[in-house]
Amino acid sequence: MDDMLACRYMTLEPAKHRKVAIFRRKMSGFEVFYGLREHKVRGNPRVSCGLKAMDDMPACRYMTLEPAKQVKRGIGMYDVIIIGAGVSGSAIARELSRFRGRFCVLEKEEDVCCGTSKANSGIVHAGYDAMPGSLMAKLNVQGNRRMKALSGELDFPFRQCGSFVVCTEADAMPKLRELHERGVKNGVEGLRILPREEALAMEPNLSDDVVAVLFAPTAGIVCPFGLNIALAENACTNGVEFYFDTRVQEIRKQEEGFSIKTSKGDYETRYVVNAAGVYADMFHNMVSEEKICITPRKGEYFLLDKSAGGHVTRTIFSLPGKYGKGILVTPTTHGNLLVGPTATDISDKEGTDTTADGMAAIREKAGVSVKNLPLRSVITSFSGLRAHEDGHEFIIKEVGDAPGFIDCAGIESPGLTSAPAIGVMVADMLKGKLDLQENPGFVPRRTGILNPALLTAEGRNRLIADKPAYGNIICRCEMISEGEILDAVHRPLGAKSLDGVKRRTRAGMGRCQSGFCSPRTMEILHRELGIGMEELTKSGGGSKMITGGRKEAAL
Amino acid sequence: MKRYDIVIIGAGPAGLAAAVAAFDDGARSILVLERDREAGGILNQCIHNGFGLHTFKEELTGPEYADRFVRQAGERGIECRLNTMVMDIGAEPGAAPDAHPMKYVTAMSREDGLYQVAARAVILAMGCRERPRGALNIPGYRPAGIYSAGTAQRLVNMEGYLPGKKVVILGSGDIGLIMARRMTLEGAKVQVVAELMPYSGGLKRNIVQCLDDYGIPLKLSHTVVDIQGKERVEGVTIARVDENRRPVAGTEETYECDTLLLSVGLIPENELSAGLGVELSPVTSGPVVNESLETNVEGVFACGNVLHVHDLVDFVSEEAALAGKNAVAYVRRLEAAEGGAGQAARDEAEGGAGQAARDEAEGGAGQAARDEAEGGSDSVEDAVKSADNESAVVEISPRSGVRYTVPSHIRMSHMQEEQVVRFRVGDVYKNCFIRAYLNGRQIVSRKRPVMAPGEMEQLKLKKGQLLEYMEPGTDSYCLEIKVEEK
Repeated sequence: MDDMLACRYMTLEPAKHRKVAIFRRKMSGFEVFYGLREHKVRGNPRVSCGLKAMDDMPACRYMTLEPAKQVKRGIGMYDVIIIGAGVSGSAIARELSRFRGRFCVLEKEEDVCCGTSKANSGIVHAGYDAMPGSLMAKLNVQGNRRMKALSGELDFPFRQCGSFVVCTEADAMPKLRELHERGVKNGVEGLRILPREEALAMEPNLSDDVVAVLFAPTAGIVCPFGLNIALAENACTNGVEFYFDTRVQEIRKQEEGFSIKTSKGDYETRYVVNAAGVYADMFHNMVSEEKICITPRKGEYFLLDKSAGGHVTRTIFSLPGKYGKGILVTPTTHGNLLVGPTATDISDKEGTDTTADGMAAIREKAGVSVKNLPLRSVITSFSGLRAHEDGHEFIIKEVGDAPGFIDCAGIESPGLTSAPAIGVMVADMLKGKLDLQENPGFVPRRTGILNPALLTAEGRNRLIADKPAYGNIICRCEMISEGEILDAVHRPLGAKSLDGVKRRTRAGMGRCQSGFCSPRTMEILHRELGIGMEELTKSGGGSKMITGGRKEAAL
Repeated sequence: MKRYDIVIIGAGPAGLAAAVAAFDDGARSILVLERDREAGGILNQCIHNGFGLHTFKEELTGPEYADRFVRQAGERGIECRLNTMVMDIGAEPGAAPDAHPMKYVTAMSREDGLYQVAARAVILAMGCRERPRGALNIPGYRPAGIYSAGTAQRLVNMEGYLPGKKVVILGSGDIGLIMARRMTLEGAKVQVVAELMPYSGGLKRNIVQCLDDYGIPLKLSHTVVDIQGKERVEGVTIARVDENRRPVAGTEETYECDTLLLSVGLIPENELSAGLGVELSPVTSGPVVNESLETNVEGVFACGNVLHVHDLVDFVSEEAALAGKNAVAYVRRLEAAEGGAGQAARDEAEGGAGQAARDEAEGGAGQAARDEAEGGSDSVEDAVKSADNESAVVEISPRSGVRYTVPSHIRMSHMQEEQVVRFRVGDVYKNCFIRAYLNGRQIVSRKRPVMAPGEMEQLKLKKGQLLEYMEPGTDSYCLEIKVEEK
């Protein structure tokens, strides 16, 4: 039987909370496959954990346990605490979960993938940009090579669509050739410079000014949420604990390891991995005298309707300018068209607002390499912050004057591409330092949220007969059913907010931007998680959806 | 697969009126598919009054108005499937393009799963959706508390929740105006309604009854230039715009608030239509239709807000009834072509060999033949003897001030004695004339004291009047409709 099929959830009454470790000892024949998770079931707080039957035991659906001593999360020494549940932190957690140990991820937001990881281009770069010999170049190429297999293993959307770097001025050809050479040095396969005619034949909407393009067949696009969520879910399945709404406030070196003060209590750990994105400098500087500085570099984007999704079939870059890669035009894995980003250095690490200037800049520059962009079809605009470190290089190493503290800082583009390789690199470092042993129960595969649109009509009907919720469309723009939303809510590290549902299922991501489905999705979250309507949020914290009941309803 | 004569997509006011009219015209094989939990469409959340003054000569609330039609459909036993999402409409697979393919409607529900029904005629009545914030490129954060006015209306009126307590509204479309009053009545403070244009996009009566009566200021030529608040809306900055609709620096005013409602336009929801190959108008985002409200895809009709956004539901009902009747006429013509002409004709049409028979049924060219197939029952067509002009097509060309027209062209052979042409103007006009010119010659002139983009205009064309100006031997006419000052 498939590993995952034998997995069952188990829910305990609040009075019977206990440590994962105790489960392991008391329940011979069962392996905990993901850690404690606090949530609410119809308003009652619950702690649950996942169990998986060992080979010689039948799958067990319901289990009761004898009461044991009450355990609070965070008690005792962790082997590794990762700060940040973005794509880097989640990739590290997933690779770490191949080994036995006590690992947890602390995240200040209510969900994984809430910072830089959620607002970027979703590009799997080929690897010709970074300087040969740099860590960026190495991890980019490695990450690119791993992405396809990983997308199969963890079931997230990825498409190797290839990319063009478009040169529109004959004078700039040396720069294009330089990129080509750099790519070859970095080990990028299949790079070719195509003349104008060939390029136009492949992408008819390229600018009329195109002189030549650098074609990178290994480049691709990935759903950034899909990648991040898949990594975190799989880590969770394999025993890594995740704590949300948990803001790290202070990190102190102790005799053994570190103590971490958070908004939800204190933690102790032997090793800290600092994967805090734009906040990585803050945590690094708490423990080290060798200061680093991360500048949030804002990138604004337009997302266009699916009707524009076929305008180009590959990612189209302009030859890089002073800041980053300029404005790119790319299809997304969901079939939309994405245009952006700008590049503006700011000081506010939460400054994810869009600006009139930024949007004007996109409009102005978007046409440089692609013509006739249907900017009338914009369905939303957003901005993300790149974690730009002064040296423009990934900082992935143990901090010299703080042994046990491992930085994963300055992860800007190509950070998303590199994430799989970053995970392996950091896990390897920790394996050596902690002498970690293999986790025999490691489940390498994760099944994503079932997309019924990919089934045959017969398959879909069997599904609906079994689970009628799959016949009930909630998001009419993206055609997302209640069944998919229920899956998103109830799986490990499930969605708790509207944005959480959106990132997992695309419900609310379409052309009406959740106008029709948000009341229905709110109803489902309320019913399934027992969250009061007035407590429901768009994205955690104070992002409450409503402010109260109607007058007569309140009577 | 079940087969129906007419399948109607949507049980809102348009779909229901079309179904009732089709039934009353003799159709019995009708299916209405509705995605929501109840029939009635958007009217169910429009609990204010003012509906039905034209249709029922009384003032009803939205749900009451809807209920009249729900009852009428119920009394007639019209089959209506709720909680059913239409996933796709396609032509019959493998059908010859010049035959009369059945339309295959793919639908899904909890109970019945994914299934198809076949239809001779389809009436599109899916309504419209609201333009979201993203389409406006309003800068700022993306916190909770930004709702389109219709979503807020649903939350308040149907779900019983108040989306916010201190409100700024952008856009003076009717839903925004109605929600300004509704939120005020629920105890919220509506601080201002900002409108980008120098005029309101809503009905005059709504400005008076929803804003003026409650002392809510309407700031014309203003837009939102910033949204503050990272989690929930904390403030909204509006600014005056110049004649090019660009914000004027130095005119910014910031309102502390927890909610921004958007009432910035409605977009006909035509994704299904586009999938079927229906030609859409770039102006209305709705299908391009002829005098019968038939799209470029034969046997596919459109009515209500999916065709063009209406101001009053009464006009939706009227338009939808016409679509219903025309769908019945279309089905009759097919039946006549198949049955009336005998088995041979049907065999030929099916076999794809008998070009003549098919031409008859198709009617595009062999107009006379189709009229025969119809049974010649139409008194208008009997009355009109000028066979030359019967094949004429009048393209309607919206000119100065007129943004679009529905229909976009009239086939004289199918024109009723009177044809209503509906349109909207692009600006506010006072003491102007609506005039129609047929191939350059003025045939209608009507004085209008006030016209505004928020109100739909209509012009009634008489068939006789058009024929009078037509010349034998000319088949192609252009009818210009324009706003003129003198």
